[in-house]
Amino acid sequence: MGIVRVQEAPFDFGAEAQAFADAQSGMGAVVTFTGIVRDLEGTLSHMQIEHYPGMTEKALAKITDDAHGRWSLGGSLIIHRYGTLGPDDMIMMVATASKHRKDAFEAAMFLMDYLKSRAPFWKKEEAGGAADWVAARDEDEDALKGWE
Amino acid sequence: MNIMYFAWVRERIGAPSEEIETRAATVADLVEELRGRGERHAAAFADLSALRVAVDQELTDFDAPLAGAREVAFFPPMTGG
Repeated sequence: MGIVRVQEAPFDFGAEAQAFADAQSGMGAVVTFTGIVRDLEGTLSHMQIEHYPGMTEKALAKITDDAHGRWSLGGSLIIHRYGTLGPDDMIMMVATASKHRKDAFEAAMFLMDYLKSRAPFWKKEEAGGAADWVAARDEDEDALKGWE
Repeated sequence: MNIMYFAWVRERIGAPSEEIETRAATVADLVEELRGRGERHAAAFADLSALRVAVDQELTDFDAPLAGAREVAFFPPMTGG
């Protein structure tokens, strides 16, 4: 079963990971990934994440279905936030459960690669009084080619 | 038809969405019509390689047909994760 949550509120990574693991049965592996707001230059005041309500949930559900079709998964979880986030805030998390670690690791990578470039989220960074939309990176698009 | 804009496309247009009457057959035809709506639209649609499009919340291409479409969204490449 795949769970998708798109929310403005912060989430408790530890509690979410534990609840996800507790909900599994007969799974030998749980993999989690968490994305955190970076402040590479030390000047970031905050980040705005915009999304496309409706399409976001559909896109994440499709990515989830694709992952479940490709690997043997007991469950998966995607939580992605929108709104205003500060440096070191958690933006999103992914969790996958499988009988074996390889499926869980690969499915988590797949979910991350696709949600970066195929789910309608856009990041805007505000630093030093200036605000700039984060540009998509070619290497993120290239990462999808490895899964085709 | 409901036209939606996100991220810098929304900022350049100056509105998150607009309702328009159109007979455009494809997304590309619709873009031509939208370019004619004024300077802001012309600027937003100046470089299509910088834009992505979704028809009824499905990612698609600029040559996609619009028959029966209710909602078309334009936005830059996505930056989730």
